Amino acid sequence: MTDSPPPLVRFENIQKSYDGRILVVKDLNLNVAQGEFLTMLGPSGSGKTTCLMMLAGFEPATHGEIFLKDQPINRVPPHKRGIGMVFQNYALFPHMTVAENLSFPLEVRKMDKPERERRINRALEMVQLGEFGDRRPAQLSGGQAQRVAVARALVFDPDLVLMDEPLGALDKNLREQMQYEIKHIHENLGVTVVYVTHDQSEALTMSNRIAVFNDGVIQQLAPPEDLYEKPLNAFVANFIGENNRLLGRITGVNGDSCTVDVDGGGSVVANSINIGGEGARTTLSLRPERVAINPEPGSLPNIFDANVEELIYLGDHIRTRVAVCGHDDFVVKIPNSSHHASLEVGNSVKVGWNVEDCRALDSSD
Amino acid sequence: MTSATATDANPAGTGEVMTADGVPLRISLARARRRSRNRALLLVAPLFLFVLITFFIPILSMLFRSVENQIVGETLPHTVEALQQWDESGGDLPPEEVYAALVEDLRIANETKTAGKVGRRMNYEKSGFASLFRTTARRIKRIEAPYKETLIKAKKDWGELETWQVLKRESDAYTLSYYLAAVDFSYTPTGEVLKLPDDRSLYVGLFWRTIWMSLLITVLCLILAYPISYLLSTLPVKTSNLLMILVLLPFWTSLLVRTSAWIALLQKEGVINDLLVWVGLIGDEHRLTMIHNATGTIVAMTHVLLPFMVLPLYSVMKTIPPSYMRAARSLGATPFMAFVRVYMPNTVPGIGAGALLVFIISIGYYITPALVGGQSGTLISNFIAYHLSISLNWGLAAALGTILLVLVLALYILYDKIVGIDNMKMG
Repeated sequence: MTDSPPPLVRFENIQKSYDGRILVVKDLNLNVAQGEFLTMLGPSGSGKTTCLMMLAGFEPATHGEIFLKDQPINRVPPHKRGIGMVFQNYALFPHMTVAENLSFPLEVRKMDKPERERRINRALEMVQLGEFGDRRPAQLSGGQAQRVAVARALVFDPDLVLMDEPLGALDKNLREQMQYEIKHIHENLGVTVVYVTHDQSEALTMSNRIAVFNDGVIQQLAPPEDLYEKPLNAFVANFIGENNRLLGRITGVNGDSCTVDVDGGGSVVANSINIGGEGARTTLSLRPERVAINPEPGSLPNIFDANVEELIYLGDHIRTRVAVCGHDDFVVKIPNSSHHASLEVGNSVKVGWNVEDCRALDSSD
Repeated sequence: MTSATATDANPAGTGEVMTADGVPLRISLARARRRSRNRALLLVAPLFLFVLITFFIPILSMLFRSVENQIVGETLPHTVEALQQWDESGGDLPPEEVYAALVEDLRIANETKTAGKVGRRMNYEKSGFASLFRTTARRIKRIEAPYKETLIKAKKDWGELETWQVLKRESDAYTLSYYLAAVDFSYTPTGEVLKLPDDRSLYVGLFWRTIWMSLLITVLCLILAYPISYLLSTLPVKTSNLLMILVLLPFWTSLLVRTSAWIALLQKEGVINDLLVWVGLIGDEHRLTMIHNATGTIVAMTHVLLPFMVLPLYSVMKTIPPSYMRAARSLGATPFMAFVRVYMPNTVPGIGAGALLVFIISIGYYITPALVGGQSGTLISNFIAYHLSISLNWGLAAALGTILLVLVLALYILYDKIVGIDNMKMG
């Protein structure tokens, strides 16, 4: 990392084990810059929530040190860290009204009443719930409760807000709407957010940077577009977005590109990213929208015969599954434009792709 | 298949919606609902009858018994009628007709052997009545006119104004004298209400003692049960199940066994006293009296009733997500403040249910105070039992029981007003 200002949060060699046998987090090093929206993304059990809990102070780190504004905080109890947090099921206090919920962090900070009211109103306005101060949490819809939870985590002006899968309980439309709202709040306030989710589209929508977790290790830490366009290993390529995998063996390396013999037959020229030497196994990663159907002969370095297995009409595009190079789960997205090729199941077609779009990564098997 | 839809299949044109076969929808719906309602009623009928026969009817009969007084009017009908003409405050004995009526009534009573009963009833009002009626009835054959003179000669109580005043006062079919007795008041012979002197007052003190001891037991149960329930609700399931069994084990043990165990522990030569003497905290001659008094009752009842507090508390605490406490901590509250401001208010339904349960059970508790209560640790229920089974003054027992019932209902309503009964969670 070459952040010019000092990072707000720094994880240094953090390890965490619950039972003394298995490491849930293995040697984590991570910097979160001031004002950044950083998402920890990963499947369940990958250690992302554990990292968040260690940062919030609810779980002690087994080894290593976490720094907040360059101060070690391993021994600082949660209530002295001054970190706002939004919980998965909101954790609004049911016996208090919305305004009382928001007032709670201000009361424990011994703020006087006019100041409290000013901040509560400001926070409620921010989440467009100005009229809801007297409601009880039970009288709110899921989306409103979520907004109150966000307002409560921000009302005392923390430098850092943690969000633990805050949108998990909402339905799809509301979730997308809330993603934009949280993103705008983050942009307007300039607060630093560490966000945990297992939903990749959520992560791609909101984040400045995404840390993809698997097996207690950050697989890749990058801005959303890099993560999608330039995955560094097979796990990330597979986890983020739709991905075609072709397994094979490297037969020749030539500068930035390499030649791979695919297991089902066929020789592919690929962009070498994360590979061993000649003879090593590799996973070729190829986004479905980067594959052309029936290209002009010779226009692309990789052109193969394929057989159409399945067509799924999805409105804006047609998801076409073809069998190519012995892999019958190869997906091609054909845009539903006026001059798209009309295919039928069983057709023989040609598929082709560029060297840069086909990334040779570590062998995942 | 007819083409008519539900709405236009209405020959009368009244605007009523009809079903496909022409029955008004409203009637058809009511019919369908009645069928399922009848089935539901049939299912609860056995329980309803059981509760009615074994619970409501006995309680109503008990309530009735606390005011019922028909025995005087039934056994001495002529006397009661003749007494109506007599002015009890005039200072004169009743006239000859009243005495004649009494003799007639007692003749019949002697044959039907009911004189003893009315004597026992009247004895609650004034001691001496039992033997007065018994002896007079036995000698009734020898009583001749003029009845007034011979009766007074046979038993000189018949010549006392008070005897007749009390008899006239209690000749109504209903009386409040049981209730007056239950709150340490009594009638004067002429029917004025008077507080009993302190040395004869008993029940009001007992009611107060019952209430404060029940309150103390409730508070002690709450103090003991709260941390246990918290532990149970936060431990992993495997450990908490084991602990729950430890909480419930005494619950499944016979009440007598548990109470006797407390006797073994607390008595003068018991384990605790022995231990204290052995350690040297108290001298052998100053052994503590911890049983057969209020202390014994409180200790044993707190132990017996503890599960009733633990179970509702536990069931409420289990539903409080740990994220509440975490949220409070992350918002800047110290652990203590998070507990007081966030955790505890959420356990109020459990506190309410447990406290109400323990209080209501202990206010009517009988066995434990009877065994370990001694003089200072007995409760009102012990006296109700005494009047039911030993003194056989069922009227007074019923009056005491009714007051207890009203007390509990009043507390229940109070609780509903303050906390709200909807907030209660039993389990």
